[in-house]
Amino acid sequence: MRVAALLFACWAAGAVAQTRAIPATELRSGLTFGSAELRAMQADDFANPGMLWVERGQKLWQTPAGPAGRTCASCHADPAASMKGVAARYPALDASTRRVIDLESRINACRASRQQAPRLAAESEDLLALTALVAYQSRGLPLSVTISEGTRETFEQGRGFYYAPHGQMNLSCADCHERNWGRRLLAETISQGHPNAYPAYRLEWQTMGSLGRRIRSCLFGIRAQMLPYDDPTLTALELFLAWRAAGLPIEVPGVRR
Amino acid sequence: MAASRLQVPAEVRRGDSFEVKISIRHPMETGFRVDDSGKPIPRNTIREFTCRYNGKPVFIARLGSGIAANPYLRFFLTAAESGQLSFEWVDEAGERGDALASLTVVG
Repeated sequence: MRVAALLFACWAAGAVAQTRAIPATELRSGLTFGSAELRAMQADDFANPGMLWVERGQKLWQTPAGPAGRTCASCHADPAASMKGVAARYPALDASTRRVIDLESRINACRASRQQAPRLAAESEDLLALTALVAYQSRGLPLSVTISEGTRETFEQGRGFYYAPHGQMNLSCADCHERNWGRRLLAETISQGHPNAYPAYRLEWQTMGSLGRRIRSCLFGIRAQMLPYDDPTLTALELFLAWRAAGLPIEVPGVRR
Repeated sequence: MAASRLQVPAEVRRGDSFEVKISIRHPMETGFRVDDSGKPIPRNTIREFTCRYNGKPVFIARLGSGIAANPYLRFFLTAAESGQLSFEWVDEAGERGDALASLTVVG
């Protein structure tokens, strides 16, 4: 019985894997489309400006918030041990609300319920710093989100958004990142559009930004309506992107153009 | 906005040169950008950065709007005496930041 279940699990995993447009052997991190200087900047932990946020996150981890005066460390102790591998599993199903949430929302949910502290605003320095700190603990580990009964609907919503045309240019995500990756778009090389470096330091922004912000930039580029940061469709798309890139190692804090 | 990262070797031989690396969190606003509501963001860059070795200025840099956000500086100093390296910078809004490192000179 157990063997049969295992065989079924392998078959099911295989069936899902087959539907991926870019096979695992051809997955390429966005880093490989960058210049040599950009790659060097990310590889050197001192030159990588994203590490400023990771260090800020380390300080915040020890700073009490809310009336209870609790810190992140009060419950989770050393992030190097407790947070290892966590980012690789997100976006994930939140057991209490039965909704799929990303890492930023997880941190804010924890603040609200355990610390009774106000939520951190999207793209605020503190939220980016804590997200970067948590994701940094999974650096080098492969993205591995779970598509289960509870996440399937959200996943399909994300997949639907990915393949649907948007905006004045009538482009879908797949038009660039599946059908034309590796080709030039003016001065840029189109990447496969993987989320493994986020939150990342983007030279265009001159600061750190979340995956949500990166997706919004893409939507802006194709002249589509930008999804608000708290839109569930944005999380659904993040889930689909993480599944599509499954196996790629996390690079947080990444550096991008 | 006083956050920074600093790297200085803990121990250096007398007379040897050593590398100092510092990366400073600062937006280095050029004055040409506008915020989401279209209002111009006033220019604010780090005006001057000073490194002092036992109180004596050994490295001064004047930065401006041509320098990217979060400036990363690397320079070399020559080891003379054990002591303290202090770093200080000030931006156009008058905000100051600082960092300290101690250095042991052997031989």
